[in-house]
Amino acid sequence: MALPNKPLGELPAVANPEIKEHECDVLIVGGGMAACGTAFEIKKWAPEGMKIILVDKASMERSGAVAQGLSAINTYIGSNPIENYVKMVRNDLMGVVREDLIYDLGRHVDESVKLFEEWGLPIWKKDADGETLDGAQPAKTLREGGEPVRTGKWQIMINGESYKCIVAEPAKSALGEENCLERIFIVKMLLDKNKPNQIAGAVGFSTRENKVHVFKCKTALVACGGAVNIFRPRSTGEGKGRAWYPVWNAGSTYTMCAQVGATLTMMENRFTPARFKDGYGPVGAWFLLFKAKVQNGLGEFYANSDSVKDELAKFMPYGASAVTPTCLRNHLMLNELKAGRGPIYMATDVALNAFLDDRRAKGMDEKAVKKYWKHLESEAWEDFLDMSVGQAGLWAGMNIEPEKTGSEIMPTEPYMLGSHSGCCGIWTSGPNEDWVPAVDGPRSHQYKWGYNRMTTVDGLFTAGDGVGASGHKFSSGSHAEGRICAKQMVKFCRDNASFKPELKQTAQELADEIYAPVKRYLQHVGATTAANVNPNYCKPAGIMMRLMKATDEYGGGVATYYMTSGKLLNICLDLLRMLREDAELMAAGDLHELMRAWENYHRIWCVEAHIRHIEFRKESRYPGFYYRSDYPTCDDANWKVFVNSTFDPNTKEWKCEKVNCINIVETEPWI
Amino acid sequence: MPSYVDPSKCDGCKGGDKTACMYICPNDLMVLNKEEMRAYNQEPDACWECYSCVKICPQGAIFVRGYDDFVPMGGQVHPMRSSDSIMWTVKFRNGNMKRFKFPIRTTAEGAANAYVGQKGASLDDECLLLEKDLPKPTKLAK
Repeated sequence: MALPNKPLGELPAVANPEIKEHECDVLIVGGGMAACGTAFEIKKWAPEGMKIILVDKASMERSGAVAQGLSAINTYIGSNPIENYVKMVRNDLMGVVREDLIYDLGRHVDESVKLFEEWGLPIWKKDADGETLDGAQPAKTLREGGEPVRTGKWQIMINGESYKCIVAEPAKSALGEENCLERIFIVKMLLDKNKPNQIAGAVGFSTRENKVHVFKCKTALVACGGAVNIFRPRSTGEGKGRAWYPVWNAGSTYTMCAQVGATLTMMENRFTPARFKDGYGPVGAWFLLFKAKVQNGLGEFYANSDSVKDELAKFMPYGASAVTPTCLRNHLMLNELKAGRGPIYMATDVALNAFLDDRRAKGMDEKAVKKYWKHLESEAWEDFLDMSVGQAGLWAGMNIEPEKTGSEIMPTEPYMLGSHSGCCGIWTSGPNEDWVPAVDGPRSHQYKWGYNRMTTVDGLFTAGDGVGASGHKFSSGSHAEGRICAKQMVKFCRDNASFKPELKQTAQELADEIYAPVKRYLQHVGATTAANVNPNYCKPAGIMMRLMKATDEYGGGVATYYMTSGKLLNICLDLLRMLREDAELMAAGDLHELMRAWENYHRIWCVEAHIRHIEFRKESRYPGFYYRSDYPTCDDANWKVFVNSTFDPNTKEWKCEKVNCINIVETEPWI
Repeated sequence: MPSYVDPSKCDGCKGGDKTACMYICPNDLMVLNKEEMRAYNQEPDACWECYSCVKICPQGAIFVRGYDDFVPMGGQVHPMRSSDSIMWTVKFRNGNMKRFKFPIRTTAEGAANAYVGQKGASLDDECLLLEKDLPKPTKLAK
């Protein structure tokens, strides 16, 4: 056998890749729900001849967070007042949110859902007797006034295995297949050479051939999802791939925008979902559709106990709502676990049998109950099979049948995102309308500066996980936000018609920078007999583990039950500084590994911002997501404010600041 | 639960320029070894078990084996996906089997209306295509 000091992948990288230069008016970076929204919408506004290109790291048919499918759409306003949606999001995210962005999303999101249904997404409906029809059975559409199956106030059930395929299809056909470039990983956004604080392009590389792609554009959308594999996961072997959020989201959105000077907001926020242990299957349908409750190891349904009520009373007004904020639900669960009253079980058996008993009590005969059970069982399994097949596989391997036994649930490792029950991201302008507050000061303090969802960098837009301080968009809201950006980018082009983008670096300089890990590999690989162990370089896989170890132990990961402190955070920042320096020594022998190298550059940067924000905020805003032992409470008197941070690309310095948070929607009543 | 390829079924998509699993994998894991004309998962511990490769493989050559760090052996979940529905077979470790069939799409593939050629009205308001009379918040904070 040959010595293992050769590239491992099937597509070896070369020192000098081909360079391809592109020019366009609008560049869409990403291919998930948000980017598909933009792709669908933009030509409805663009004049003839406007050149628009979309670039996806994967294939649009199955890229982004919805790649596997979903069993529910979590944001559909329907007949609810949009103000109530704002109140729900505001309360779940402990008060510090951009209410203008949330309201604005709420008034556009239903149109996206109606389009999904028109395109072929099966949406469950209620029949005249209130019974559930799956999405393929004849029923009125949402547009025609059909009644969806509501699980909670905002959620509706779907048969969503092909959700992403269905949404990608019209996105591609609207933009033109020839304008959708797949398997190209954009790794850096580029500023204009002449006009300060203006986006002018981007650079990336193909994961299929040795080719660097350089784009010039007048305006760009960056919508590449959140960040995963940034804290050590609970499963560190093969199961590391079974991340709750898509494992390919590497924080690219936050890093690429921050590096060109876009102000970030609420990067201290993280999402630590409580999910079925190990398989990370969804719990929403179990809580809402099947009315399941959680039980501690003593068999107690602890959620309604007096001690829990006392605990929630410490976090007013947030703890008073009928639906407890997600972080506080975690907090209560962690209290049980830390007191030794684990494990926590979702009592699936109790919940499913309650449905059957209810039917029996209403006089249903056993034959009909059996038929009803088949339907119920199918719904229970579909919840996993539509969006988290691995959880079904875990049940199969463990011989778990949910009607017979409950399943353990557990808070996962932390994730960074802005579209789910989290709100880290980029500070953007709200709509340019009267009801949006006018604030003096720099853009990093303002609520609007002309173009809805534009970052503080001219021409740079973001959507979905990218837009900070406005969570609970989910799949539908991300699509709607992408559509908002589409129109605004066309407007930006119209208003800046004379702008001619020019890059600061030559295409060759950019290509050399992108391919530096390859050159390093080729230069040094012969120095040892095994390619992965070499004193001259480090490999992406090791760098990722080093990052996750540092954050887990010092940044409040699962190792410490999410507890950290100023002292620990500063150690973490020191470790990350050295990690960032060493990352400059990453080596990649093939194109897949080059992708992993650049994903790590993105991860390290956005995690540094996360740690820096937690360090700056001298309180524990999200108990259950993270805690500071030195400031263990939620301190509304001093910290009901945004923390915004900006990296200056010229001086390379970070600045963190407090920014006022304004209530737009009534605060009496709070919910 | 990483995917794996049955070499007796995989034909490397006959060496076409688009190997199905390689085309679809969101995490760039599936690769084709051209000498053997067989595909494989190059990074099993980065597999999200999204089943995109399993669903798309024209030969039905791709399966999933549970993550070896927490899934006991013997179970398997396998789909058969058509243009309008998906049939799942769940085999338990103890040999029990369950089958489920769900709709996946109510329109023909390729039939989604992209509203090509349709134009919006004014660039200077906030209405998107098909929208008019956008509301503004009325219950305001004092």
